[in-house]
Parts: sequence; structure tokens; C-alpha cells
Amino acid sequence: MKVSLFVTCLTDLFAPDVGMAVVKTLEHFGCSVDFPTAQTCCGQPAFNNGFPAEARALAVKMIDVFHDADYIVTPSGSCCAMIRDHYIELFHDDPDQRKLAEDFVARCYEYVEFLTKILKVDMTGLTLPKDEKFTYHFTCHLRGLGATGEPAIRLLKQLGGAQFTELEKSEQCCGFGGTFAIKYSDISGAMVRDKVECGVKTGAQTMIVNDGGCAMNIGGACHRMEAPFRVRHIAQVIAAAVEHTAGANVS
Amino acid sequence: MTSTLESPSSPKRRMSLPVFHPDFMTEAHTASADAGLHAALDNSVTKKDYGRRSSLAELPDADGLRQLAGDIKRHTLDHLDYYLELLERNIIKHGGKVYFAATREQANDLIVNIAQRTGSKLVVKSKSMVSEETELNDALIAAGIEPLETDLGEFILQVDHDHPTHIVMPVIHKNAAEIGRVFERYFKTPFTDNPQELAEMARVYLRNRFNQADMGISGVNFAIAETGSIVLCTNEGNGRMCTTRPRIHVALMGMEKVIPSLDDLPVFLKLLARSASGQALTQYTNIITGCRRPGEHDGPEEFHLIIMDNGRAKILAGEYRDTLRCIRCGACLNACPIYRKVGGRTYGSVYPGPIGALLTPLFNGLENHKHLPHASSLCGACFEACPVKINIPEFLIKLRKDQVEQGITTAPERIIFKLWSWGLRHGWSYRLGQIAQRVMMRSIGNKDGWIKKLPPPAQGWTAHRDFPMPPKHDFRYVYKQYRAIQQRGK
Repeated sequence: MKVSLFVTCLTDLFAPDVGMAVVKTLEHFGCSVDFPTAQTCCGQPAFNNGFPAEARALAVKMIDVFHDADYIVTPSGSCCAMIRDHYIELFHDDPDQRKLAEDFVARCYEYVEFLTKILKVDMTGLTLPKDEKFTYHFTCHLRGLGATGEPAIRLLKQLGGAQFTELEKSEQCCGFGGTFAIKYSDISGAMVRDKVECGVKTGAQTMIVNDGGCAMNIGGACHRMEAPFRVRHIAQVIAAAVEHTAGANVS
Repeated sequence: MTSTLESPSSPKRRMSLPVFHPDFMTEAHTASADAGLHAALDNSVTKKDYGRRSSLAELPDADGLRQLAGDIKRHTLDHLDYYLELLERNIIKHGGKVYFAATREQANDLIVNIAQRTGSKLVVKSKSMVSEETELNDALIAAGIEPLETDLGEFILQVDHDHPTHIVMPVIHKNAAEIGRVFERYFKTPFTDNPQELAEMARVYLRNRFNQADMGISGVNFAIAETGSIVLCTNEGNGRMCTTRPRIHVALMGMEKVIPSLDDLPVFLKLLARSASGQALTQYTNIITGCRRPGEHDGPEEFHLIIMDNGRAKILAGEYRDTLRCIRCGACLNACPIYRKVGGRTYGSVYPGPIGALLTPLFNGLENHKHLPHASSLCGACFEACPVKINIPEFLIKLRKDQVEQGITTAPERIIFKLWSWGLRHGWSYRLGQIAQRVMMRSIGNKDGWIKKLPPPAQGWTAHRDFPMPPKHDFRYVYKQYRAIQQRGK
């Protein structure tokens, strides 16, 4: 299966290891992965701040960059929701471009969604390098994809050595919201502290997210508050299990 | 601090909704640091939100029911003139009187006139958000008529000269001790913070005053056009007292509250209490059709229904019609992570929370409430909770777009977004931007990989949390190396 990675601007700059984890795990599950280098940003910040014309120009570019991709997979729930919820309506007055957008949207998947809906992977048989206690923060924008946190938790629980514990107020936004975190930093700060406090209560070593924005926000608050857990993208955990299991098989 | 109301660029206009706290940023700053408020809200609204979820999960197809409720509301709003006329005819048929008020001042005048004509001195009120919208109590007092709130929460607020901070749970911002002090002052009795004792004090006092009241005022949860009935959903029973005991009953409703027929009512009754509080039904559901008929022994002698526009027709005519579907259940407030951190007061006006962030600018003008459309992380919890499927996040984005188009968005922000998106259209400028950000951020980052203080305009981020320093190499570089090593391996 041929997959093109949409890594997103945030992951490109701040979390190359998340991008690589997506590449390596998709390859492990039998995909051939390519990375179209002309990609930039989906336009979500512009759209959400009331600049649809600017978002539209970026959507045109995205659709063009990925025009021959079979599947487009992204580690970011919110970027995928931007594409799926808004790309078609952005071209309401341009039937040709709208058709291209519809075709593009139909090929776009968030990482966990792709693993569970298209690849229908099973993680049993994969083992983590060492036992780890996880909790899961529900990335709000998965709502826009009609998704719940259930598939990600199911995958996590399948990993050998993974212990799962429920996060209180798991579905309460961490307070990222793009420019919201800067413009309304007092409110956003109160929200992310709440998230970290709930994380601490779980006793987990790792909080799993599937969005780069949540990871930056909760991770940054964890560091400031010296919380005893770290924030990781689910792809990083799966990649660690893939690598460990492959290594164990070789030896 | 009334800058947002009186800035020279936005001439003060008559506002449809009263504004109690115009300075959003100051209110937000104070409330977001108030741990007591957060704990109180978690203990109430967050719990109610979980109650909503579990009670809706008991229904065979809650999502289908929400869709149906939204569709009924949409249909009614699309034919609002027809249904309002039908309602009017049927109310009159049952001996009631109907008035249309274009503004909140007109609505208040109508009620004051009815009170004066009927010689009413004491008016008992059942909880009504729309009367908060009109500031009816002030108008009655100005005319020498005594209004008395009989919903426990509203009563506390009235005697404390405060305003509701939640649509359904008006006094959520006060704890038992604070209420105890309010009653200590008002009743001049020894202090207690025992909720049962406090409720009993109010009950005994109110019970006595119900008997003295000349007129009862209620809101309207639903008005049924086909039967000429109004429906009241309450938990305390005070609504029933207000609408049966006094000689005169006046009901005040926003014009969007009408539904076509009695058959539509169960759809909303199934959703309203579940969405508001997780109850299957409110304790009291009253369907009131007209006043006392000849030969009957009780009930009010007169029934008056006031149907108010106050800016709704303008919203109805525009692109925000769906916002008028709102049945004021408060589910979006309970689900909202922002509301849970800032409380209702921060929203400044009568309707707080996500629906208020939408309605207040629509009623009062975007220029008067610049922050409300933006103070949302667009997490979508409100849309998920809404029993009539108002897509609040989409509408907030639309309001932001309107702000850009109306020139309310500041010039620097417009320039930043235009430059930013232009930069992202080209590979070279994207790369240049990423490199510049990396160099800048790596120069201010600590050895541990975190930035403690970002420069303006991003300083707000690091006021509350650290910012990750970008690694030395971006994804593209790492990916290229990975492929190169694979190539060499072959």
C-alpha cells in the first residue's frame, strides 16, 4: 500500500522523531511511504482565525502536492480535521477545484484512523522495551473526524508491557487551540494545568496524544510543573515496540 | 474599564443585551487564577456534563433525536411568521392576550402597563433568562412595583444584587458559605452554611409571599403553536406557584421559542432535562393553555403572552439563523473547558458559555465584544453536547471572519496572517521561515531543550508553560538521511 506522509509544519520543525515514528511504523505494517517535499501547511491557523481566502490558497497547494497519492496520512488530528471538515466548503464557488478537494479529502487519514480503519492492524505480538504505564488524552479535533479515543486506547492495550489507566476529564481540551494559547494564555494556562494535574493523578509514566499541538502544550506544562510523566505521540510508542520486537526477533 | 463599549472607533449603540462586565481580559485573568471557582465548577458543571452523557446514553438513538430536534427547530425558524401567528390565534382562542415587543424596553413597558392596569403591587417571578435580558426587575422597581424572584438561585442573586452566571444554575459561582452570609444579612438571622437550612429559610419566606402576590411572571421553555399552550420546565415547583396562585399571569418569551405542535414536545422534553442536568425530566413540566375558564375554581383570571424580538429577527434574516435553535439547556456551558475555567461572569452579559460567545456579539455587535468569538480553543465539546446541533465552533470561526471583513481585526494581525500564508505557499519561503524560527528559538533555549521565555507576541505561552526548543534538524533532514542510509545499504 502506497502512503504519502503529510507531516505538518509543527511536526516538521518541533518533532521530527514523531514523523519518523510514523514512517517506520507504517513501513513495518507493509506500506511504502513517501514524503512529498513541497508540502507546507494545511492552512488551519488562517482558517480558524477568520482568513478563509488565505487558507484556500494553502488548500490548493496541499491538493496539488498530494495529487497522485493513494493515501495521505498525518500524525495530527487537528490538521486532518481541518482538511476533512473545511476543504470542500472552501471551494463552494469553484466546482472544478471542489471536485479535486473532495477527491483529496477522501484519501486523507489521521494516523490512528489509518492504522485501525484501513490497515486494520493488530498490535498483539509487539512488545515494549520495558513495562510502561500509559494514560490517554483525547485530542479534541478527533471529534471533527467523528472519532473517539477508543481505537488509540485499544491499540495501546494490545502492546506487550503496556498498562493503561484512565485519565480524569480525558476529553477536556488541554488549552492549546493554536493562537488561543497565546492570545488567551491565562485561560489556556489554567486549562493545561488542569490537564497535567489529572495526568499526575493517574500515576502513569506516559500520556499519549495524537496531535502535535496537544503534545507541545501538555509537554511544556509538564516541564514547567515538573510533572512525573512525559507526553508522547502514539506513533512514538508503537515505533518503540516495533523496534524492540524486531530487535528481539533478530537476536 | 468600559473601553470596549466607548472606544472612538465604535460609536456607542443601543445594545440588545445588557453588559455587566465589559472588560473580558481582566475578568478572564482573575477567573483563570481562581482555584476555588474551578473546583466549584468542576463539582457542578463538569458533573452535570457527565450526567448528560450517561442519561442520553440510555436513549436508543440520542443522536437521531438531537438531529430531529434540530430539524424541527430549523423548520419552525424557516416558517416563524406562520407559527407565531398560529400561536397568537390559539392563545387568544383560550382567552389569553398576545403582544409583540420589538425591543426589550417595549417588553418591559408592556409588563409594567399590565401590572399598573391590574393594580399589581407584588410580582412573583419564575426563573426566566429572557427577563434577565430585558432587566425586567429594574423596570418594575422603577415603576414602583416589587418583583420577587422565587427560583432559589435567582432569589439569592436578587437579594445580593448579583447576576446569574449560568443559564440553568444561576448561582453556581457562590458556595454555601457565601450564600449563608447573603441570607445572614438579608434575613438578619444567625449564620448557617447548611444547604437544607438555607433552602428552608427561603422556602418559608417565599411561601408566604406567593399568597400576597398579584401577578406572576414566567418565562417559556416552549410555546406550542397548534394548541396555544406554553410549557414550563422547572425543578423547584415555584413556576407552578407563580402561574397558578396570582390573579394575573404574564409569560415572556423570545420569538424563537415556538414549536409547531404537541407532537413535537416530547422530542424536546426528552432532550432538555437530560442535556441540562442528566435528569430524564425536570421535576415539574407544566403545559399551560389559557387562563381560568368560566366555572373553574382556580388559575389566574388573565393570561398575557409577550413575544419579544429584541434583535432576533435580524439574526433570523442572516447567516446565523441556526443559533436561534437554542433551547437554553446550558449543556454547552457544562461541556466547555473554557467556561470551566472562567465562569459565567467573564462572558460579560446575560448568556455565558459557548452559546453566549455566539449570541452576545450577534445581539450587541461584534465591535462591542471583540474577544468573545476568539476566546475558544474550538475543541468542539459544545457542538457535541448541543441537543439541537448548533455548530457553535463553526459559527465562532464565521464571526472571526466577519471581524476581519469588518476591519475589527487589528492591522498587525491581518498583516501577520497574510504574510504567513503567503510564506507557506512557496517551498523556499516555508523553509526560510522554519530555519529562522529554529535559529531564533535555539538561541534563546536552555540546555535542557526548553524555552523559558518567548519574546512578544508569544510571551503569553511561556507565562504559563515552557516551550519546546526545535531540535537541530527538522523532519525533512532526518527523513532524507534515513532514506540515504537505506539506499547505501542496498
